[in-house]
Amino acid sequence: MSDAPTVLYDEPGPRARRRALIGTVIASLLLLGLLGLVVKRLADAGQFSMELWGPLIDPNNEVFDQVWELLFDGLQATLIAAVLAIACSLVVGTMLGIARMMSGRWGRIPIIGFIELFRGLPVVITIFFVWRVLPEIGIDLDGLPGGEGLWFLVIGLTLYNSVIIAEIVRAGVASLPRGQREAALAVGLTEGQTMRSVLLPQAFRTMLPALISQLVVVLKDTSLAAVLGLYIELLRRGNLIALNLDNPIQVLFVVGLIYIAMNYMLSRAAVWAERRLSRQGAAAVQNFEMGNAAA
Amino acid sequence: MDAVTDNLDLFWSGYLRSLGICLWAMVGSLLLGTLIASFRVSPIPSLRWFGTAWVTVIRNVPLTVVLFFFAFGLPEIGINRSYYFFGVTALIFYTSAFVCEAVRSGINAVPAGQAEAARAIGLTFGQNLREIVLPQALRTSVPPLGSVIIAMFKNSAVVGAFGVGQDLFSVGRNLTSVQGYEALPVLTGVAFFYLCITIPAGALLALIERKVAIVR
Repeated sequence: MSDAPTVLYDEPGPRARRRALIGTVIASLLLLGLLGLVVKRLADAGQFSMELWGPLIDPNNEVFDQVWELLFDGLQATLIAAVLAIACSLVVGTMLGIARMMSGRWGRIPIIGFIELFRGLPVVITIFFVWRVLPEIGIDLDGLPGGEGLWFLVIGLTLYNSVIIAEIVRAGVASLPRGQREAALAVGLTEGQTMRSVLLPQAFRTMLPALISQLVVVLKDTSLAAVLGLYIELLRRGNLIALNLDNPIQVLFVVGLIYIAMNYMLSRAAVWAERRLSRQGAAAVQNFEMGNAAA
Repeated sequence: MDAVTDNLDLFWSGYLRSLGICLWAMVGSLLLGTLIASFRVSPIPSLRWFGTAWVTVIRNVPLTVVLFFFAFGLPEIGINRSYYFFGVTALIFYTSAFVCEAVRSGINAVPAGQAEAARAIGLTFGQNLREIVLPQALRTSVPPLGSVIIAMFKNSAVVGAFGVGQDLFSVGRNLTSVQGYEALPVLTGVAFFYLCITIPAGALLALIERKVAIVR
């Protein structure tokens, strides 16, 4: 009972244990029944046939190599977009965060406006906006490596995530003890030096878990390109395969597993980083991040 | 700005449609998420296991995959519904995992002494939950729940982009791609109407937070 929430009940006595046992049996039967229903439905529709699964799991299948090669291409495209987006967001976001913290009352207004704007907009709208409006106002990304679709996606994701990272940076710096800044100023560092060599290095430590979690969000959001159809990444690639082989359930199952594996590992890494670096400040950042993960 | 003012009725009906998606998904995901959360804290291991699996799978999958699975997968096994139905259901399933975590974090934040004290004065499990734990837990979960719901409002645009039709996103895509309006004014209009959903929601959340906030 290690993960059981002990807040709600004491160590159970014999009667409670008996009740729990009965409950367990009933619940298990219900869940198994539900599972059985799903499996039966799938089997009735012939969804377990090797014809549909073969290209994905049978190495002897004639298209097996081709399908997996395409999936790996898609995975690579997803990772490229995610890494580029998080790298750009980190740079832009940190600058935004610093600018917000270091500018005066009036200088802060446009920055806050920018942050609130892109925080409030759905990221899919931001990407669509970038994709449609940039060419219209004469910004041509065709020459960039990877094709323009990649860069529209990266810019759209960066606009959204840099704003989030700016807020994470601010929460990270705000969580530091006030004495840090005061001491740095007292020994004669300028505001800029204080930020650069005292506050930010410490803030990044407490921010690391939140940043890793943000990477999960970015990785998931790259798949928005599949809905819009502007860049061929893992999900879009899977969709194209499914169209050809007429097996959407199987392909989406495999694609889903790939996403789960990647994101689960990243989430574990975030938890690990948090435990390693666990300090008071991490709580403030985490509070902010909680709702944001849903984005 | 002609593109927006000429089609203001389209934008307005798109706004209402998007708002409809948001509200259905909000009700559905709050109910489903609370149910899953109650699974995750129940004394019955198989239910806990189910809740954990649900949250782990859904949190790590993009909404788009859930959406595609509903819209392209389910017809394969003979479930045919409108894209609107599939879209809203996928959004409910996806958001429920985050609602579950928000509610659960609230329950876990109630100090153990509260429940122990309640048991010590003889309250039953049900009374304990109803009178002591849940009132505190729900108040603690309000801020994270609010963020989850606002994120869900934004995710509703993904459902729109997927093609349920007549919502804000579709209006924007239609006017630019089919009717040849310039993208900048049209999409600015779309963005404005979305902000008309998320910013008031954020303000409302801040208000509710102030009302129910408890100092620990």
